[in-house]
Amino acid sequence: MSDVQPLVSIRDVHKSFAGNHVLKGITLEVMPKQVVAIIGASGGGKSTLLRCATLLDRFDAGSLRYGDLVVAEDKDGTAVYGGKDVLKEARLRFGLVFQNYNLFPHYSVMKNIMDAPINVQKRPRAEVEEQARGLLARMGLEGNENKVPCELSGGQQQRVSIARALCMNPEILYFDEPTSALDPELTQEVLKVIRNLAEQHMTMVIVTHEMAFARDVADHIGFIDGGVIVEQGTPDQVINNPQHNRTKAFLNRYED
Amino acid sequence: MMSLLGSGLILTLQIFVVTLIGSLPLGVIIALCRMSSFKPLAWITRAYISFMRGTPLMLQLMALMFGPYYLLGLELGSDWKFWACDIGFILNYAAYFAEIYRSGIQSIPRGQYEAAEVLGYSRSQTFMKIVLPQVIKRILPAMGNEVITLVKDTSLAFVLGVMEMFTQAKAIAASQVSMLPYIIAAAIYWGFTMVVEFLLSRAEKKLDYYHD
Repeated sequence: MSDVQPLVSIRDVHKSFAGNHVLKGITLEVMPKQVVAIIGASGGGKSTLLRCATLLDRFDAGSLRYGDLVVAEDKDGTAVYGGKDVLKEARLRFGLVFQNYNLFPHYSVMKNIMDAPINVQKRPRAEVEEQARGLLARMGLEGNENKVPCELSGGQQQRVSIARALCMNPEILYFDEPTSALDPELTQEVLKVIRNLAEQHMTMVIVTHEMAFARDVADHIGFIDGGVIVEQGTPDQVINNPQHNRTKAFLNRYED
Repeated sequence: MMSLLGSGLILTLQIFVVTLIGSLPLGVIIALCRMSSFKPLAWITRAYISFMRGTPLMLQLMALMFGPYYLLGLELGSDWKFWACDIGFILNYAAYFAEIYRSGIQSIPRGQYEAAEVLGYSRSQTFMKIVLPQVIKRILPAMGNEVITLVKDTSLAFVLGVMEMFTQAKAIAASQVSMLPYIIAAAIYWGFTMVVEFLLSRAEKKLDYYHD
């Protein structure tokens, strides 16, 4: 295993917003086929970490690599980002599923999924269409090809957005609280899809509040609080036998 | 009388169409400059919009008409009034359109830009494919207002001696000592705006296939 490279490697990342130190030295590596769940209270830095990993925000210090691609390097305590081409290349390696889907409301379901593969990746339409239909089937969304997002339920929209991300053939898929905007019934249909992807060994990083789901689906859990990863390990270690008081306190609040 | 009004109407239509063709795209460019992160450009554009909206269109037309001669000593010939008229309308309407575009562009949620960014769309692709189509749907009612105002504003061209419909009506009314030309002209303007209203409601219906 030691010669296998991590798909993403985040090292000692710091990030402040107007003097507010949100990330205080976070290190995280994700190996191929690994499913990592990030848990923690709101405001702890989970979403910021994900936004930094997906290049929506830039961190101040630390480094970020996708495989052998160096996206940002730490030079004397300042993160130096690569050029446009590097960032473009990096974006092709990951996908992101947003909390509130962010589908394009004026595009049909099929166009939402197919447009970027065709117009960004410049892949042939026929090939993309076949893949998109396959993905819709996997998401249990056959028959919705020509609908627009506003005609779908939240759970269906989130599944379309997962299909949209997957159609780019990312090496790694990030989820930013994918079920937080959904009611419990719709949450289950989305979790089922993610669980299904985990069984097929899709590499994923999932920021979530669904503790039971994280324990089931993840093989690595990180608990973030106050801008640092307080504790990480297997679900059994982190959720069933937490060592730190902050982890224990957080988990207690989630116990039914 | 009808043939004179008819030839006036043709000029009115010309001013209307040329103004839209020029100011609709120019407005996009002005809106983008207004929102530029390069501050000097944003400030200059802001001053431009303020001036265009803050002084009478009639005065702007006069300035364009006579400015080249009085300020620069240029003799531009008798056709210059048509140019002054078209340029004046385009520059003025582009400023109003720019502010409507800006309100529309700023109403598009951040998440749309972020989704496009993560999917690798370039900045121009994001604007043309994702943002602009949604902006058009949102601003259509406000744009409709301006376009209908433009139908009637074309009559301001009379100050330049451009023989559009209102100028013709005025001339006929004076020579025949009659209200009738004004009444007919009013009916034609109203009919014109009804056609515009009809086309706008068709466009709104067409874009009604989704909401967000």
